[in-house]
Amino acid sequence: MAVTTTVASAPEASDKPQVNWILLVIAAWLIPGAGHLLLKKTGRAALLFASVVLMFLFGLFMRGMMFTPEKGVDYLTSLINYGGFLCDFAAGGLYLLSAMFGYSQPDVPGAVHDYGAKFLVTAGLLNILAMVDTWEIATGKKD
Amino acid sequence: MPKINLSHFEAAFLFALFASVVLGITTKKNNKDRLNYGAYCFGCFMLALFGIGWAMKLGHG
Repeated sequence: MAVTTTVASAPEASDKPQVNWILLVIAAWLIPGAGHLLLKKTGRAALLFASVVLMFLFGLFMRGMMFTPEKGVDYLTSLINYGGFLCDFAAGGLYLLSAMFGYSQPDVPGAVHDYGAKFLVTAGLLNILAMVDTWEIATGKKD
Repeated sequence: MPKINLSHFEAAFLFALFASVVLGITTKKNNKDRLNYGAYCFGCFMLALFGIGWAMKLGHG
């Protein structure tokens, strides 16, 4: 009786190009869509870049408040300050550039300023989604 | 730096548009589903915008 063994599946795993997902996620954080661009997903990269950058720029043009990590008068205010800062910071290079050029808008009443602050925060949150998507593509969980 | 004054509708429309594009791209696995889900999210944003807007107007008297 002939005994058959299958060992052909082992080399398939090494056929896929190894990518360093940490560097890709850092690139995606610094420049929205850069992770997708490096993974050769050009169309998605362009749309992500346009969406996140435009949302952040509209936030700046509406003079939205940039959150700072500081303790508030109560627990909820502290939570909003720290959470808002993390979301702003998630916009990556956009946040760093605006901080470098001295953008500091105080919290003033007004619907437009309020929308601006939400646009800045949401740009960071959308960039987090883009970073997670980059990680999923880089690790082969998604095409 | 330019300063812009958008109306509530313009700001909410832009917010919905950008958020829908990113949600569509990042949550689905093929282009057809991405387009469908992006359009669905945008529709939901618009529905909520007009629905809540009218609810506030009618509730306010």
